[in-house]
Amino acid sequence: MHLLVCGGTGCHASESDAILWNLRDELEAKGLSDKVQVILTGCFGFCEKGPIVKVMPDNTFYVQVKPDDAQAIVEEHIIKGRKITRLLYHDPKTKEPVGDSKHMGFFKKQLRIVLRNCGFINPENIDEYIARDGYEALGQVLSEMTPEQVIEIIKDSGHRGRGGAGFPTGFKWEIARRNKSDEKYVVCNADEGDPGAFMDRSVLEGDPHSVLEAMTICGYSIGASKGLIYVRAEYPLAIHRLQVAIRQAHEYGLLGKNILGTDFSFDISLRLGAGAFVCGEETALIHSMEGHRGEPTIKPPFPAESGYRGKPTNVNNVETFASIPVIILKGAEWYKRIGTEKSKGTKVFALAGKINNVGLIEVPMGTTLREVIFEIGGGIRNGKKFKAVQTGGPSGGCLTEKHLDVPIDFDNLVAAGSMMGSGGMIVMDEDDCMVSVAKYFLDFTVEESCGKCSPCRIGNKRLYELLNHICEGKGNVSDLDRLRNMSLVIKDTSLCGLGQTSPNPVLSTLDNFMDEYIAHVRDKKCPAGKCKDLMEYYIIPENCVGCTACARVCPVNAISGERKEIHYINPEVCIKCGACMEKCKFDAIIIR
Amino acid sequence: MSSIKIELRQEDVNKIKEICTSFNNDPQELINILHSCQEHFGYLPAEVQEVISSETDVPVAQIYGVVTFYSFFTMTPKGKHPISICMGTACYVRGAEKVLEEFKKELNLQVGQTTKDGKFSLSNLRCVGACGLAPVVLIGDKTYGRVAPDDVKKIIKEYE
Repeated sequence: MHLLVCGGTGCHASESDAILWNLRDELEAKGLSDKVQVILTGCFGFCEKGPIVKVMPDNTFYVQVKPDDAQAIVEEHIIKGRKITRLLYHDPKTKEPVGDSKHMGFFKKQLRIVLRNCGFINPENIDEYIARDGYEALGQVLSEMTPEQVIEIIKDSGHRGRGGAGFPTGFKWEIARRNKSDEKYVVCNADEGDPGAFMDRSVLEGDPHSVLEAMTICGYSIGASKGLIYVRAEYPLAIHRLQVAIRQAHEYGLLGKNILGTDFSFDISLRLGAGAFVCGEETALIHSMEGHRGEPTIKPPFPAESGYRGKPTNVNNVETFASIPVIILKGAEWYKRIGTEKSKGTKVFALAGKINNVGLIEVPMGTTLREVIFEIGGGIRNGKKFKAVQTGGPSGGCLTEKHLDVPIDFDNLVAAGSMMGSGGMIVMDEDDCMVSVAKYFLDFTVEESCGKCSPCRIGNKRLYELLNHICEGKGNVSDLDRLRNMSLVIKDTSLCGLGQTSPNPVLSTLDNFMDEYIAHVRDKKCPAGKCKDLMEYYIIPENCVGCTACARVCPVNAISGERKEIHYINPEVCIKCGACMEKCKFDAIIIR
Repeated sequence: MSSIKIELRQEDVNKIKEICTSFNNDPQELINILHSCQEHFGYLPAEVQEVISSETDVPVAQIYGVVTFYSFFTMTPKGKHPISICMGTACYVRGAEKVLEEFKKELNLQVGQTTKDGKFSLSNLRCVGACGLAPVVLIGDKTYGRVAPDDVKKIIKEYE
């Protein structure tokens, strides 16, 4: 019997370590330490209800476990064989407890290829990875295949890079192979900068060896002997687990000189990022790895021709690498059967925002947004109405109700006015103001623009100012045309991917939520009630009983009225702090 | 450069040299060197950068360029308890802005500032990847999840 305790960043922050130690202590006290193993695993994906403890082999899935629950789990479940109902996941619709993870809506529609080991193995133990066919693909590649054959399989599988743009992985490897050089490099881009995306972090924390194995396979295929992982400094747990994994792989002869007794040698080292979003762009990333400011340069030359230290360099993202060993083992034919015509395989998405089941999911390409948001994600929080889903981070766009039945793949998302990006999906409800959301992303871009080219450096700043103007109620209808025109110029003239995609949040909200922009500029109203300068607190005369509670709490004495008489808010004086609305017991105060 | 003038002690200089040597004084390792130095000193004052420059042969202007480019590096000392509020999209839509406002009000601080007693500093960061716990606040190494504006007073009290 095994007890799996989630050790991902989210659960880790909610004391999953303490749960682990308490479970071990309890088992020790009952003399069961040799019969039941407690393992700290990577992320299960169901972050909403963490910390999570899973009992194997019966798949019992305990949610929101507290360190004090360890005793009950050992005494009730392990010893008496009774599931603890209060810790089980309860279906939000039926309110019934769900006995095991296989019957949870969250997991039913998922197909886990990249996340195959996350939540199953102890990421700090190489033996557990090997027990689940780990390093078998590498063994096969080194002993039975030529580099050309490996590249052929990857090309044939139709796999496309998961970093955002969706460039075919096999072709990328082939170009790097063709470029002759005394030294080549394999780089893993783990600079996961999109806010709200955490799939790479989870793979590195939950299954670091899959990335090391794939990088080694890539090194063999393109003729490189050195690999580098560029990882965000904001992910200390991922860095730690990578360091442990690299050390163990060395001890087992799976990294270093003469891997598995062959004449192929390969080594991997880490490079830390330092908090710059633009470093996710591959040329900027390479400059950063060389110790410079992370500024992008014009392509060509592509990194495959002249990259790190001027040598041919193949850059792939974490999720891309993590799917490679499975493709080698199960074959291109198997992989091709999953997904859509032009986008094969699965994609990991990070669901976040106003959704019931925040977490990490993996679905076949071609799954619809509706299935992801309403079936796996469990719908919108607090019974609110769905308004939009933002995909692709600051480079993507907002999709609406009318896009819900679009099968998700690289090309469909672009056609709908957004993009796949790294796979963040932020769900928004009726309370979110789309003009503010566009402003939020522009604020991000302005801060993260490296400043090298002027369309991005100056243009985005002007876009942000214009949006701010509109949110403050100072905009007019002609500003909307200026927004669009400026966006198109920035897209066309920026140097790198950051600038070329930064106006997307503006363009997609203009396309899909024009009425909201119009309300801001013409009627000076914010329909979602988010823009402070556009709202007014108002007392509904019919509901006011004259209790004076609001007048007493108002910090600027904007509310007048005698006891037991209707009160009135002076909009000239009101600072819109909302204190009166919180205090009112009669729902008499509204924002309009 | 920074307006703060500090005098490095000999042992500090030795420490920087030791860090640079551990990375073979390789200019390509500059970012890793800066990480290690910031871990040791808490920040990267001009004087520290000058020593790194003489060790690695990277012009000090270039080092300054790198330090100011990356948001992780700072040239002013942070508080004993650095407070970072996550402003990633998931946290933003779940109300991180209001939490930040509350911290600003309670500590009477702006983002990027440190309290006079050196106890707290305030910054915002972009996504720590704990979106399940949004909105998220980090104080030192400790993560606080699902923070509401009303919790702010209580959290600050833990450190007083």
